[in-house]
Amino acid sequence: MAQTIYQSFVYVLPETVLSIFFVLTLLTAIVGKRRSKYLPAFMALLGFVLAGVFVFRQIGVSELVFSGMYVVDPFSWFFKVIFLVTGILIVVFSMQSRELEAISTKYSEYFSLIISLTIGAFFMAGSSNLLMMYLSLELVSISSYILAGFTKENARADEAALKYVIYGAFSSGLMLYGISLLYGLTGETNLYAFNQALAIGSIPRVTILIAIVLMLVGLGYKISAVPFHFWTPDVYEGAPITVTAFLSVTSKAAGFAMLIRFFKIGFIDVSAQPIAAGMWDIFKGFNWTDIIAVLSVLTMTVGNLVALWQTNMKRLLAYSSIAHAGYILMGFVTLTDQGISAMLIYFVAYLLMNLGAFYVVMLVANKYHTENIDDYKGLGYRSPYAAFALTVFLFSLTGIPPTFGFIGKFYLFSALINSHYVWLAIVGVLNSVISLYYYVKVVRNMYLVQPTDTSRVEFDFGSNLMMTLLVVPNIALMLYFSPILNWAQYSVTMFGLR
Amino acid sequence: MLHQFLGIGYLTWITFLPVIGMIVVLLIPRGNSNVMKWVALAATILQLVFAALIWMNFNPALSGINDPNGFQFVEKARWIDLQGAGWFGKVAVDYFLGIDGLSLPMVMLTALISFVGVIASWNINKAQKGYFALYLLLDTGMMGVFVALDMFLFYVFWELMLLPMYFLIGVWGGPRREYAAIKFFLYTLLGSVLILLVMLGLYFSVSIPDPATGQSMHTFDMLAMMNPKNYVTNSLLAGIGTYWRDVAFIALFIGFAIKVPVFPFHTWLPDAHVEAPTAISVILAGVLLKMGTYGLLRISFPIFPDAMLKYAYPMAILGFINIVYGALCAMAQTDFKKLIAYSSISHMGVVLLGISALNTQGISGGVLQMFNHGVVTAMLFLIVGVIYDRTHTRGVNDFGGLANQMPVYTAIMTVAFFAAIGLPGLSEFVSELLSYLGAFQTFRWVTIFSSVGIVLTAGYMLWTLQRVFLGQLPEKWKSLTDVNGRELVAFVPLMIVVILLGIFPSIMLHPMNATLNHLVDFVQKVGTGLTAVK
Repeated sequence: MAQTIYQSFVYVLPETVLSIFFVLTLLTAIVGKRRSKYLPAFMALLGFVLAGVFVFRQIGVSELVFSGMYVVDPFSWFFKVIFLVTGILIVVFSMQSRELEAISTKYSEYFSLIISLTIGAFFMAGSSNLLMMYLSLELVSISSYILAGFTKENARADEAALKYVIYGAFSSGLMLYGISLLYGLTGETNLYAFNQALAIGSIPRVTILIAIVLMLVGLGYKISAVPFHFWTPDVYEGAPITVTAFLSVTSKAAGFAMLIRFFKIGFIDVSAQPIAAGMWDIFKGFNWTDIIAVLSVLTMTVGNLVALWQTNMKRLLAYSSIAHAGYILMGFVTLTDQGISAMLIYFVAYLLMNLGAFYVVMLVANKYHTENIDDYKGLGYRSPYAAFALTVFLFSLTGIPPTFGFIGKFYLFSALINSHYVWLAIVGVLNSVISLYYYVKVVRNMYLVQPTDTSRVEFDFGSNLMMTLLVVPNIALMLYFSPILNWAQYSVTMFGLR
Repeated sequence: MLHQFLGIGYLTWITFLPVIGMIVVLLIPRGNSNVMKWVALAATILQLVFAALIWMNFNPALSGINDPNGFQFVEKARWIDLQGAGWFGKVAVDYFLGIDGLSLPMVMLTALISFVGVIASWNINKAQKGYFALYLLLDTGMMGVFVALDMFLFYVFWELMLLPMYFLIGVWGGPRREYAAIKFFLYTLLGSVLILLVMLGLYFSVSIPDPATGQSMHTFDMLAMMNPKNYVTNSLLAGIGTYWRDVAFIALFIGFAIKVPVFPFHTWLPDAHVEAPTAISVILAGVLLKMGTYGLLRISFPIFPDAMLKYAYPMAILGFINIVYGALCAMAQTDFKKLIAYSSISHMGVVLLGISALNTQGISGGVLQMFNHGVVTAMLFLIVGVIYDRTHTRGVNDFGGLANQMPVYTAIMTVAFFAAIGLPGLSEFVSELLSYLGAFQTFRWVTIFSSVGIVLTAGYMLWTLQRVFLGQLPEKWKSLTDVNGRELVAFVPLMIVVILLGIFPSIMLHPMNATLNHLVDFVQKVGTGLTAVK
């Protein structure tokens, strides 16, 4: 049911709460600075928690609001939870970051930008209108440009931010061109209407294809798919670790959410029975998913191969995150609900393992003042618990049981095998084997190399607790993964389909 | 349910006892390394006790393989149970354990070798806590592989061993340990992911009614995968002798062959063995290699009988290459440990040759050879460990005339070496004889050429004996002490097994017989398109 504008407000309460707290967090700079430097952080946390309360009241809701601009449905609900959890974790991480200590006078801006990026991500996951898509994408992008260059005393951060802006502007320009083409062809910006127009009208296929490729440039940039990934390593290396971790999860997940929704709602053949199983074969006779398959293979292979030569931990994780985007794309290639639910499962895994890895990297940078993989030598003997946690996260990223990363990969490969994409599955598993080499390189440094300096470096109770909170689900969810599976299956449902 | 202890089945106990031990080891405060050793030893001794209980309660008349009623000590419970959406289908993974005559010898072997391994680890002097915790985790992984009947569970156990093994070689190993450890890890992971893909293919091709609700569902149940009737029409792996079934068989074969290791996937083995600490070499050669051939017999043969029959000949040829190539390489080695490592490749070739013959003699010989080789090669690596501990060198040519210096050691080594050569009266004679006998019926010429391996084995083994024990004792080894009490504790049980099975091989052959006969019959019939007996 479409809702009137007035009625619609009920459905965007989480976004509204976040917007209010965006302002409040910003205002703490004026009001509460003398009380505690962490006041903005607590404000942001409160905002996320309150928004979480409203998000949880949206379970099962499926509505089209604001005249078809925005959708609240299980699919976006899934991503909202991902964004909120990431947001909360990132705020907590940021409070412990030594790197950000230097700019503690600007904490209020920093934390408010975390909120604004999350708002943008919320809208990206739910927008069902081409213009809305573009606007929410820009909200995320602009917030992330500022965040990337936030420690502006650091020359690398400046370079990162500038590169990010230039690439971002270029690719969103192309995307806008794609949107204008689509609008020109169908006269619609609403995805649902657009789908109908596509189904009825005789629209030149080549033009549509060009428009799709242009859209893919914009979305590919957000999810850092090869060949639109060139900004990723520099930005990830230059930005503060917390920001890198944040971008690698929230921004990427939002990009994927939008990608899936755009293609699924825009191009699904609603006349096919059953819809869910239906190939999205608006382009009859042209296997356009091959484009995505090639993108996926390129993304994971380039990501993994380049990661082999990295010596900086953040850069390594940057390339690894590119590779992971490639894995996730594999699920999309199948164009089935099973593939999409596999992607969602993977996001849960990716959040847990990637944030965990970045967190340990941050802690190590705090104490050891280094991000160099060579300096991780003997970490297993100097800080045993941190090294153990990082080992779990890295093996989870590789996808080896008994870690949840394995379940993530397992379901991606399942979806591929079930859709008879055996060749892609083979490329995927070979990539996992390649990735093992560079993840294990870190583990090797931590355990197999004896340190020259054997003094113990312990972390405080809070850090250890935080690591435990991330390690436990990484293992426990492998031993019992039904709930996640169930949630992912349920979350595939989008408004208006079925 | 029968065969329980404290309400939990024997197989769960024997599999997860080491994990309990691991948790205890982790809880022991740093510095109490002696306590950790004793805990590890206690866990493995208890495991042996359970192995003995299983042995005593095992009914040799039951068959197994594809017959759910033929399995013993079965434990089945839902692990993952999800009422999926329509397009997803029901998701169910079972915690399904059970053993038959094929897994019984392997369970015994694992319990025995794990126990011996702890004793051999007694003088590990670096980070004992980590060592014993990982060792026990490895033990669980190995045991799990041999008792799991659900393929998902099997895969989890299979992968579970990778991590501890990597660290055990990498942290406690020799000078080139990093290289050896990562090589081992990459090779085996490559093998495992191939197994993973085949497993997924099978999962989506097989559909059975859910025993609880009758609703049809995909399954990881290995027994269900063996029945051609359970395959969904037009699914990827349905039918007999189709293209994808061949591909899946080959992928699976490579996955298992890397573990065996079969030439040309063997190159990780010499490195891993040379660098690993003694106890880990013992485990590696004693148990891990058998997982490869066990996987072939448990999964590849009965699930892809058509492809197995088709590729039996190439497999036999690979067995021949393993035998002769391994023996020739062993002959060229001057590093004692490397020599034993190559001899393992050679002996595992016998297993491959025997099982590819697909007759009762061949397969019985192969499985018995898996057990016997596990025991004998464990002894051989312990022997190297003893001398390496004392002299810190493994060069065969550095020694000589040790017979007078270390008489007990010489006696043990002679028994082990003669067992490896296949001297009548010692265990490997029986298994090799049966393997060659079976293979000769199916692949006459390959077997004749392979028998060159027997001569070569005798050659390098005797030559090694001569280099180490006979001749002039070098001055610097005049102070070497003989085998001590702890080492004897490790050697004696193995020696008893070697001699006992040499004299009464039927102790082991008898419980295997029904299962292996059934396996041969099943593969022959299903593989040629006939309906299975059961």
